[in-house]
Amino acid sequence: MSEFKVQFEMFEGPLDLLLYLVKKEEVDIYEVNLTKLATEFISYVDLMRQLDLDIAGEFLVMASTLMYIKSRELLPKDLQVVVEGEEDGEDPRWELIRQLVEYKKFKDAAGRLQEMEHAQENVYRRTAPKLSFDAPVQRMEVSIFDLVNAVNVILKRFAPTDSRDVFEDKWTVSEKIEAIVNLMRQRPAVKFSELFAEATSRTEVVVTFLAMLELIRLKQIVIAQTEEFSEIEISQAPPQPVAAPPTEAPAEAAAAPIAELNLRMN
Amino acid sequence: MELKTIIEAVLFNSQKPLSPKELRDVLSQTAENSEEPLAKSFRKTKDEELIAVLETLAQEHATAARTFRLVCVAGAWQFVSQPEFAPWIKTLVGEKSRPGRLSQPALETLAIIAYRQPLTRAEMEQIRGVAVDGVMQTLLERGIVEQVGRAEVVGRPVLYGTTPAFLEYFGLRGLEDLPAADELRKIPVKKPEALLTVEPGLATAPPEQLALQEVVPRETTPAEPPPEPPARA
Repeated sequence: MSEFKVQFEMFEGPLDLLLYLVKKEEVDIYEVNLTKLATEFISYVDLMRQLDLDIAGEFLVMASTLMYIKSRELLPKDLQVVVEGEEDGEDPRWELIRQLVEYKKFKDAAGRLQEMEHAQENVYRRTAPKLSFDAPVQRMEVSIFDLVNAVNVILKRFAPTDSRDVFEDKWTVSEKIEAIVNLMRQRPAVKFSELFAEATSRTEVVVTFLAMLELIRLKQIVIAQTEEFSEIEISQAPPQPVAAPPTEAPAEAAAAPIAELNLRMN
Repeated sequence: MELKTIIEAVLFNSQKPLSPKELRDVLSQTAENSEEPLAKSFRKTKDEELIAVLETLAQEHATAARTFRLVCVAGAWQFVSQPEFAPWIKTLVGEKSRPGRLSQPALETLAIIAYRQPLTRAEMEQIRGVAVDGVMQTLLERGIVEQVGRAEVVGRPVLYGTTPAFLEYFGLRGLEDLPAADELRKIPVKKPEALLTVEPGLATAPPEQLALQEVVPRETTPAEPPPEPPARA
């Protein structure tokens, strides 16, 4: 059953199916026997219905037009409908043939466009290389270990406190994300240590660090070193669709695993 | 040195296709910055002259049958490689960043828009015989077609036309470059509006039968011979 479905989807619409039927008859569109065509078209629509396919409304409209044409043909010539002054203007046969011919022309034109589309895939444009004598800024990859290392250096500024006391969450990751994004708007590149220059506690450093990691994950910023062992630099990522900021999360809950990691690294 | 060779050198070193206007700007700016009489002499080169030079240049490259040719796409001139060298160039520069190929319905709809623009969705649907909403969305998203105005008829439906990106995608110089444009662009002789409003099966048949009956009966004949005057008795 599904194989048939594939076959029916080949037809873009009733006109496409009619053209296919005309082609099968191997006659000129202008000489096609519309009565026979009507019978075939309706048997196709019937088959579609038997196969339980969704029949587009257009197919039914066409089927009724064809039925009308067929019913007219049953009358002797001299009894057929002729409207005064508009001999072929109102003739549904001519109207249908005209529509078919026009559709065929555009179908052919679409074929030519397709050929051009394929041909164009093989055409390569010459572009002169950009002349630039400035030495490009070298960028070295920064690994997660480099980052953890760097944040550890910062953390050493603060004496490890016995954190059995419960503090309120003064900082949230999303706040810090906003702060970093704002900073990046003002300057294209920021040094790693600058991010933490105003931090007052270990927790704040960790929260800021998490915010930075989140921005990297969201591809909002990139981190790099200009040379080995130099300070890590944070810069704006190349333009990309803006990702929604993450939902507000309490800092302490998120900070916990990293803090543990740091302890172990120490 | 003649204008033709200068244009060739500029195009060869350009990082993007250049329109005649951009080429003219290069010529006039060079003339301003240079003391050389030769450069000065091209200060006021006319567009027609430039286009003629570009055509000759393209012709010369074609006759020389080089591995590249000079083409005009969407009004801008550029050097492109001949398609038969694509396999090697592809290896060198990689696959071109090009969106996927257009589907058959999209191409059909696009052909109708390209040849008949500006036109409404209803007009496209009339030719294709099916709805075009889905494919229109694809074409609009890819920037190949765009809204170009509104038809001054009831409901003021949106009119659509092709964009320069359409010409670039198919490597066309302009719309006049479309194949068989004369045949497809002309407005069909018959105006279909009248037919769409009339349901032929119902509207035409009854009046016709009435008309036939009017001709056939010969009520006049019996009435014609005046009754014989009663005998003058």
